[in-house]
Amino acid sequence: MLNIALPKGRLGEKVYAMFAKAGFECPALLEPGRKLIFDNEEAGVRYFWVKPSDVAIYVERGAADIGVAGKDILLEYRPDVYELLDLNVGKCRMAVAAPAGFKDDMNRTLRVATKFSRIARDYYTSIGRDIDIIHLNGSIEIAPILGLSDVIVDIVETGTTLRENNLNVIEEIVPISARLIANKSGFKFRTEQIERLTEGLRKEVQEA
Amino acid sequence: MLIDDRVMNGQERISFRLRSLYSEYGYERYRMSKFEEYDLYSRNKDFLFSEGVITFTDTNGRLMALKPDVTLSIVKNRKDTPGEIQKLYYHENVYRVSAAADGFREQTQVGLECMGAVDGACIAEVLKLAAESLKLCSDRFVLEISHVGILNAFVDAIAPDEAVKDEILTCAGQKNLHGISRICRDNRLAEGAEDALKQLLSLYGTPRTVMPKIRALAEEYGAGEMAAELGRAVAGFTGSEIEDRIQIDFSATGDVKYYNGIAFKGFISGIPGSVLSGGQYDTLMKKMGRKDRAIGFAVFLDMLERLTEEDDFRA
Repeated sequence: MLNIALPKGRLGEKVYAMFAKAGFECPALLEPGRKLIFDNEEAGVRYFWVKPSDVAIYVERGAADIGVAGKDILLEYRPDVYELLDLNVGKCRMAVAAPAGFKDDMNRTLRVATKFSRIARDYYTSIGRDIDIIHLNGSIEIAPILGLSDVIVDIVETGTTLRENNLNVIEEIVPISARLIANKSGFKFRTEQIERLTEGLRKEVQEA
Repeated sequence: MLIDDRVMNGQERISFRLRSLYSEYGYERYRMSKFEEYDLYSRNKDFLFSEGVITFTDTNGRLMALKPDVTLSIVKNRKDTPGEIQKLYYHENVYRVSAAADGFREQTQVGLECMGAVDGACIAEVLKLAAESLKLCSDRFVLEISHVGILNAFVDAIAPDEAVKDEILTCAGQKNLHGISRICRDNRLAEGAEDALKQLLSLYGTPRTVMPKIRALAEEYGAGEMAAELGRAVAGFTGSEIEDRIQIDFSATGDVKYYNGIAFKGFISGIPGSVLSGGQYDTLMKKMGRKDRAIGFAVFLDMLERLTEEDDFRA
């Protein structure tokens, strides 16, 4: 049985549709209810819904053989997993945003509010800018408005939230999308099944 | 007096069996102090599994460390043995930063080192012992073997820049072929230059199935001799009862700064990470002023903690 961790929510449902089309169906998954684990013995799969930011933990620790996680999570937590495929869905970008009219004062340490401390640190180290990281768990956009930070580093999808809070993207750090990941040990013992699934998904990505 | 092994836990049982196995093959026990001068590790940070080292000042004022690694101490404390082969095994605790523990953790390793005039026969024997070590733990194992030199030859052919090379090698270790394409695109490397590397990384499987293709591909990149070396190292597995447990896989890169030839990792079904890791480290020997060649591996006993009683370490 191949254990698959999917991210709860719209992205997970979209990704499941791709898995089903690739021949790894489990219709019970979409039935309303609070159940979180679903088996389809015939197809040899067991799906479970988990919090999107936890998928990589389930896969790295071997509770799931494969899973779907955003590139943002992989860059931030660097789990020791295989990254087999870019599913090309859930596309957005990791960016630096600042209030309209912001000008970086190089004489001062830049205050950066973010949920993604490692990504922000790596980015600013790469350009040699000294920063003060303010780690927040949500509502990042209000940090510059309240004077808590100068800029924010966050995921930008359509940019609506930024605009509504009078923020503009001033730098793009990296494009983000959903990735198919696999546990390194699990891959060795379920190679054929994982390869079959990966190839099925690859075809769908190419056809999309 | 015979020791009743029912009083031992699984890890203790496996450690004694591994030590017996290595003794049978002529390896001698190497014992060492728990402490080492910190300077050894500060000069060889790249060889360490984790960044942090526990340090303390000894009574004579020297800055000491609790060993985070065994191999470095062995290399430092032994002398070259020109023309001879020295076979050593150890059963030691190391002190490393563990992400899972969110701090330092004591870890137990049993491992071996083969040093001196290491030739193809030594390399094949070490690989055989790595496979035997895994088999002593469970029948459901995979020994994954790579050749750092071959992988480097392919990466060197597409990326002249060291930083880009490191990024590509990280992707190689993740089987992240789309990531390699993106790096090549972002750095404006010749279109299609990465195709051969991606082909190499896609060639994984038993030596019998993939070695002919690897040889052909490596020839084109001036890595023919290294492919032949890899072929000779794994030849002994072909036709053996564990043939299907041996896989060539170039994603098992190891630390390319020190491993220079064969590198390998061992996995056991049901255990999420590698339980064994090793390779040739002639580059480290050279850096530490040794002329000898060397190859070795370690079994991480703590990783075996979760093996179920049914597996019972081949009880």
